[in-house]
Amino acid sequence: MTAEPVHLRLPVLSADPWWRAYGLAFRLAWRQLRAEPARLFSAIAGVLFACILVFMQLGFRTALFDSATALLSAMRAELFLMHPLTTASFRPEPLPRVRAWQPLGDPDVALAVPIYLAQTAWRNPVDGSRRVIQLIGLDTEAGAVEFTGLSSLTDALKQPDTMAFDERSRPEFGPVKAIFQDQGPFKVEVGNREATIVGTIQIGASFGADGNVVLSETNFRRYISSRPASTIDLVALRLRPGADLAAVQARLKAMLPADVLVLTHPELVRHERAYWENATPIGFIFAFGSLMGLVVGLVIVYQILFADIASHLSEYATLKAMGYSNAHLGRVVMSAAFILAGLGFVPGIVASYFLYGLTAKATFLPLFMTPSRALTVFVFIFAMCAVAGLLAIRKLRDANPADMF
Amino acid sequence: MMDPPVRLADVTFSFGEGDLRRPVLRDVTLDVGPGEIVLLTGPSGSGKTTLLTLIGALRAVQEGAATVLGVDLATANEAARVRLRRSIGFIFQSHNLLGFLTARQNVAMALELHPGLDERARLAHADSILAMVGLADRAGARPAKLSGGQRQRVAVARALAGSPGLILADEPTAALDRQTGQDVVHLLRDLARQRGVPILLVTHDPRILDIADRIVTLEDGRVIPA
Repeated sequence: MTAEPVHLRLPVLSADPWWRAYGLAFRLAWRQLRAEPARLFSAIAGVLFACILVFMQLGFRTALFDSATALLSAMRAELFLMHPLTTASFRPEPLPRVRAWQPLGDPDVALAVPIYLAQTAWRNPVDGSRRVIQLIGLDTEAGAVEFTGLSSLTDALKQPDTMAFDERSRPEFGPVKAIFQDQGPFKVEVGNREATIVGTIQIGASFGADGNVVLSETNFRRYISSRPASTIDLVALRLRPGADLAAVQARLKAMLPADVLVLTHPELVRHERAYWENATPIGFIFAFGSLMGLVVGLVIVYQILFADIASHLSEYATLKAMGYSNAHLGRVVMSAAFILAGLGFVPGIVASYFLYGLTAKATFLPLFMTPSRALTVFVFIFAMCAVAGLLAIRKLRDANPADMF
Repeated sequence: MMDPPVRLADVTFSFGEGDLRRPVLRDVTLDVGPGEIVLLTGPSGSGKTTLLTLIGALRAVQEGAATVLGVDLATANEAARVRLRRSIGFIFQSHNLLGFLTARQNVAMALELHPGLDERARLAHADSILAMVGLADRAGARPAKLSGGQRQRVAVARALAGSPGLILADEPTAALDRQTGQDVVHLLRDLARQRGVPILLVTHDPRILDIADRIVTLEDGRVIPA
């Protein structure tokens, strides 16, 4: 007997473009999700939650590192001298003042500005509470720093016992800006000494310092009288226009003894940032927080996808009996996962955008949305949903069409 | 002469391993000819359902020769069996329609497996088949809005939609009352006859024996001579 498969009408799916099966799987997934709004919204809420959590954690992480380097970022000199043992600007290791003048021997170094850094007590002018504040002592006329509002105060800061207050300090220091706007220069107590606030500038609170004041070298020594006048904490060097930065840096390194580092501005900021990233648990804490957000989101999405399969096992088994492959049903589950990722991410990024604004106001940290962070979180959220989908797909094996009859 | 759509020779099938090995089918030999309507009856546990799942390519054949729609099931792998299922119309005890799809979309699901049809052609084809089962005006309804008989008629339409070479039905009237059940199987018989599609139908229901060309009785895994 000859075997002629006349009844055989096996479809050949390859006759269609490859994306056709993906499109149909995606549509089926969307129809299934849409049919149960309550389940869909709880899934979206889970993704949204994870999305906001990761955005906030990454935002805080960046903001804290940015704020930690706010003071040094505002420096405008080309080269800096610092003691090799200085780990962070709030805890500087002093270097001999004479190191500030040695670089002037180089023909390309135009200006050397010694900078004094110290912390002392500030008394809140309203309620009298004391809090540690960062003092930044330097020649404000030299142009080594670029704090907003400082240039108009240089003459006032030459007077004895005067200082400029950082209006972005934490509010615990008192409503200094409001009082100044109300009554002009007024007296405060800094380090058990009376000082006159002659104006406000903008730097920003950081980990190392909740608040800052800027004052002249001479005034600085009045408030920090315990340390010898021959030591400084940082030297800012301005170069002549057109000078070769790398060449000058190399010459200074060769000229100066080993008790100073010669750093460019980016190197100085990086050094400070490295301290907070490596020598503190801050980086780990926020990475851990982000991970927890992703784990919670993963579990929620997995639960929803799993429940969707479990409650439709006979329908999935029917589709298999009709000739749908495991791969196609897997594509349906993955499509559902990616739909949830997309539907959770969009409100997530919008909510995070507004939460950044609110949180920035409350914490005085520089929190804002950046395209690269949006992309990072987008990738995280889609990866989270992909893993949830891959875990849920295993449940499809329980949809066995042989058990259907 | 061409092969019949279903040809089984000495098919033996067991569940379990080792000492627990329990045969459910013993040396079953069965042909279903072109356009033939065969009813499979027998007591519970006689192996009817297992036989249906073997013919439907839902299980791998263990022993014996089985050819369904020209495909040798003894050598077919999983992918070949999945492809074969696209040429078989299944009707289950319960309708197993997708609750989140309308009747029309449920029928179109059978057509999405077939290439060369666009969405418009699929839905038009689904509508015409729903009209044949008398549900032209219910095409846009979800299964929850249909009566039991209407749902099973949608399932019949879905089984027929892909122009199958064979229809397998398992107790299609079990969930239906007497009149509705008869209406559904008569509809199935008429539509299959028009197309020359053979049907293998497992049933306990004596009220529908009249649709059969031939009745095969299974007992203890063996075909009982008529």
